[in-house]
Amino acid sequence: MNQYIVLRVVSKLMIPVIMIFALYVQFHGEYSPGGGFQAGIVFTAAFIVYTLLFGLEAAQKAVPPVAAHILAAFGVLLFIAFGYASLFLGGNFLEYKVLLPNDQAGETFGIIGIELGVGITVAAVALSLFYSFAGRERR
Amino acid sequence: MLEHLPALQVAITLTAAPVVMMFGRATRLAWAVTTLACWASFAVALTLFATVADGSVISYEMGGWAPPWGIEYSIDAANAWVLVIIGLISAVVMPFARQSVEQEISESRTALFYSAFLLANAGLIGITVTADAFNIFVFFEISALASYALIAMGRDRRAILSSFQYLIMGTVGTTFLLIGIGFLYIMTGTLNLGDLSARLPEVSDTRTIRAAFGFIAVGISLKLALFPLHLWLPNAYTYAPSMVTVFLSATATKVAIYVLLRFVYTVFGFEFSFVELAMAWLLMPLAILGIFIPSLVAVFQTNVKRMLAYSSVAQVGYMILGISFASMLGLTASVLHLFNHAITKAALFMAVGCLVYRLGGVSLTQLAGAGQRMPWTMGAFVVAGLSLIGIPLTAGFVTKWHLLQAALVGGLWPIAVFLLGTSLLAAMYIWKVVEVAYFQEPENPDTTVAEAPLGMLIPTLILTASTVVFGVFGNFTVASAGTAAAALMGGAP
Repeated sequence: MNQYIVLRVVSKLMIPVIMIFALYVQFHGEYSPGGGFQAGIVFTAAFIVYTLLFGLEAAQKAVPPVAAHILAAFGVLLFIAFGYASLFLGGNFLEYKVLLPNDQAGETFGIIGIELGVGITVAAVALSLFYSFAGRERR
Repeated sequence: MLEHLPALQVAITLTAAPVVMMFGRATRLAWAVTTLACWASFAVALTLFATVADGSVISYEMGGWAPPWGIEYSIDAANAWVLVIIGLISAVVMPFARQSVEQEISESRTALFYSAFLLANAGLIGITVTADAFNIFVFFEISALASYALIAMGRDRRAILSSFQYLIMGTVGTTFLLIGIGFLYIMTGTLNLGDLSARLPEVSDTRTIRAAFGFIAVGISLKLALFPLHLWLPNAYTYAPSMVTVFLSATATKVAIYVLLRFVYTVFGFEFSFVELAMAWLLMPLAILGIFIPSLVAVFQTNVKRMLAYSSVAQVGYMILGISFASMLGLTASVLHLFNHAITKAALFMAVGCLVYRLGGVSLTQLAGAGQRMPWTMGAFVVAGLSLIGIPLTAGFVTKWHLLQAALVGGLWPIAVFLLGTSLLAAMYIWKVVEVAYFQEPENPDTTVAEAPLGMLIPTLILTASTVVFGVFGNFTVASAGTAAAALMGGAP
């Protein structure tokens, strides 16, 4: 679809905006509707637009399927790491308030951290799903 | 660290799952880490079991939020018992898994396979430890989704279809459970099991609560494969990879039965479930049909894996029968059978796994002569088979004995006779396998077939030996089951 100049230009304008909006949904999630899950999906939407216009190969050059797998696992581990961290700092599992000296700051830090984990995993899993549907090999 | 064990019980295998997923083609490493995680998880389960053996209850506030607002993990003698079952089976099946999985799963998928196995494991543990109704639903879905993936990885292409059947039935089941939990939440405003059981009596005489009870009972019955809602089970067990069948047959339905017990006895309470709603009159006929018909169907199966799968449905019937006696003795027998059937059926499916490894399949014709070629494997099959039938000095007998006692004390002597009769059916289908394996000459005298590799044989023999050990020294398991039953009857988790 490389010859459609309008689509190419518009998508190049849109993709960064979609990604930034995803990050907004991600990091503003505790004040407004949103959070890691929604942000992850929106973030992947940018990749899907890119893939539709420039092809699967170009997209997989940017994020190889293996990287998507590893990121999916990494997000979960990030979430769990916050659980262990609060355990080792003397709280219960996932008790974020012990993470920082100030209780409220600790809660905020913890919730942003785990939501980041959720966001990464959801984005990576959604991308993996899209890859496996888009790239069904004709064996 | 000891007070954090309830959280770690779930966290260990849940952490190992994403780690293992990242290993890619380092299949040995993936196997080693999975095994370590399962053993650590078993150690935690044993510690918890020892701690609550005196009837005490451990409560853990997830995230530091006090129940009933926060999610509470609570361990009493009943769920510690189930945790030990899950821990034991996964700890024993992992050494067995290495060679079996190498043969059955392609190398590129092995790490993902182990990752899914760990997730299924963590999900089942989570269902068991949590004292939050919604959490139970979430963990049900975690373990179920992982199980669908595990079953679909079977070598036979029919595995995909049977996994899809399981997906549909399992989703209906958990959706019903969720609807029921939603009704309870509407009426009481709480999701904590202990809090629910305290608040339910006030509102129990409403249609909403009765509907909730119905939805929850039917939803869980689908998950535990209560006859006639068992249709997903035979295919799923038949076409799943060997180690998946071992693990799921020994744990998944047991955990679902535990959840049923928890809701029926603890949350709704004995009074509501058995006196007001007369649940026994629903469960008993289904249990009787569920023992008789699948046992009969099992006799006519030609694939040993499928035969044992039908036998699993029948064994679920025994557990439900114990519940339907609505007595302490019956409940104890059911709880006892959770363990005894888990080790028996796991040993049988492991022996079958060894046969599959060497013979490529387990239809009866392929088994001809297996008794001479694979004496240890078939020996294990026979001993575990005796336990399944319920011959004295095996674990199966201990359960049957207690079920009989419960039936006789309840004045239900026809059921006692029926129990003896169904043991004959079990003897018939086990005998069919024995007859072919020992007394028929193989069609093509292929001399290359040898005994299963030691890595698979030793775990099989360990579990087989344990069916005898817990049959001879049944006092320990009976006492533990009694404590667990008392904890279920006693009230809040």
